[in-house]
Amino acid sequence: MRLEVALALRRTGFTLELEEALELAGITAVMGASGSGKSTLLRALAGLETPDRARIALDGTVLADSAAGVILPPHRRGIGYVFQDARLFTHRRVLGNLRFAQSRARPANGAPAPALDEVIAALDLAPLLDRHTDGLSGGERQRVAIARALLANPRLLLLDEPLSALDLKRKAELLPYIRALPARFRIPLIYVSHAVEEVAQLADAVLILAHGRVTARGEVHAVLESPAAEAVSGHFEAGALLRVQVLRHITDFALTEFDLAGQRLTLPHIDAAAGTPVRLRVRARDVAIALHDVPDTSIRNQLEARVLTIDAEPAGAYAEVLLELAGAPTQRLRARITRESVDRLHLQPGQPVCALIKAVSFDRREPGDERG
Amino acid sequence: MIGTQDMTIDLGPVWLTLRLAGVAVTLLLVVGTPLAWWLAHTRTRLKPLIEAVTALPLVLPPTVLGFYLLVLFAPGAPLGAAWLGLTGETLTFSFSGLVLASMLYSLPFVVQPLQAAFEAVGRGPLEAAAVLGARPLDAFFTVASPLAARGYLTAAVLGFAHTLGEFGVVLMVGGNIPGRTRVVSIAIYEQVETLNFAAAHVLAGGLLAFSFAVLVLVYSLNRRFPVHAA
Repeated sequence: MRLEVALALRRTGFTLELEEALELAGITAVMGASGSGKSTLLRALAGLETPDRARIALDGTVLADSAAGVILPPHRRGIGYVFQDARLFTHRRVLGNLRFAQSRARPANGAPAPALDEVIAALDLAPLLDRHTDGLSGGERQRVAIARALLANPRLLLLDEPLSALDLKRKAELLPYIRALPARFRIPLIYVSHAVEEVAQLADAVLILAHGRVTARGEVHAVLESPAAEAVSGHFEAGALLRVQVLRHITDFALTEFDLAGQRLTLPHIDAAAGTPVRLRVRARDVAIALHDVPDTSIRNQLEARVLTIDAEPAGAYAEVLLELAGAPTQRLRARITRESVDRLHLQPGQPVCALIKAVSFDRREPGDERG
Repeated sequence: MIGTQDMTIDLGPVWLTLRLAGVAVTLLLVVGTPLAWWLAHTRTRLKPLIEAVTALPLVLPPTVLGFYLLVLFAPGAPLGAAWLGLTGETLTFSFSGLVLASMLYSLPFVVQPLQAAFEAVGRGPLEAAAVLGARPLDAFFTVASPLAARGYLTAAVLGFAHTLGEFGVVLMVGGNIPGRTRVVSIAIYEQVETLNFAAAHVLAGGLLAFSFAVLVLVYSLNRRFPVHAA
């Protein structure tokens, strides 16, 4: 699906201005710090915000063209929206909320609306149908909100930080549901978030906003490793994504072994069959560098790599070293070490090193990517 | 002693009062809804002005309101003349005039709870309804109104009870014509003036008990259906 969007929107102390043509497939994440304009962009797409100038077209269908005086209201755009706070109707029970959307489903969007049973099954809502909405947990609320949005049969589904109000455990529970939506309901998603972890687990493509402008866009790995992503997440959370495959489970120690282009990684057990591709995010601050492998240490994961670049903070104590993994030149790691260590080890670009990864850094390990 | 006084109670004023309050409140809910909705959602700078006008009957002495209405309703005045031309009936000293006057007199008691209820509902649920494909009017009837149900209940009861107790405005605009404009409060006043305390007791006590019962009903309904009204 092709989304063309050109927007200019001025609010007190804030301007959103962008012009992009996006090929939407799977999940496109819009990332940015709070106040970067990501929610405003989403609201403008849905018609909930009226920009000063706008041209928005979805597969050639014009939704807004301020020059031509066309501004479709939200109820005629065929775009679904899941709000940060779910916004379930408290005067209806869960099933009532679903039926509200179902009875207003747009028939004209090519595909027929998904069946109620199908949506209820996809989001595991069967036990909740008769519940009042204010008795639901945060995660349940968002599942109902997603189901409700799908039942209205939108062409495109927008999600505005749907996990931001949830704790880590509930976030992890909800991610697989969201991950499965595009394939199951043949609908592209635009997912707004400021959390790199979520984006790393979910997104196929990423667009980064800073101060109301696009600073990076493209395929998820490339964008998440870009300086624009680091500007969002901050040095502390900056890192890289590794694509690995489940090799085998070491049940005695509750560990799972992964293959990374011939090298081995071990981390606490995950529930996935051998051969399953998995994305791992490794923060730069959790990677150390040694010149040779270190046999007598508790750090089990040691990967052969080569130094690509060394980026030292001019006045600060730290340097960031970009590493290329042996046998997998497209797979990168970042290590945040002190400038003093760079000096002491005489690190140079091109130099072979050993990257030491603390096992605890693999704290998110949902088998999030079924297509590899 | 009251025992020697005339005990025949004319129930005409009671029915008239109930009819007046019922008609006035029904019409007020219809007219007050768009006004309250507009006040809850507008961003115009005129809002405080309109709100002040809406709230005037709260602070204005009923005789002042009644006096101006009497002037406006007079067959010689444009409004009074237009009404007379349309219906063949004067607005002064008539039931229609009383309904109109009551609507103005009880306006804030209906508009303010509705406005507060719409403001409490906010834009969130309406936006949610819109992105699900609901037109604005659809969203109003299926989302905003049910969520504002308590506001409607409060508005209806306060408006009704306030109209029941109306005295000054009625006396100015409607006078004291049995079957047309003699409402309970005026009947009570007349009984007292003629020292018929027993009849006054019955009417006044009835009004007191009725008002109290209605308020108890509202508060217990609010309690029993706190969120899932409608």
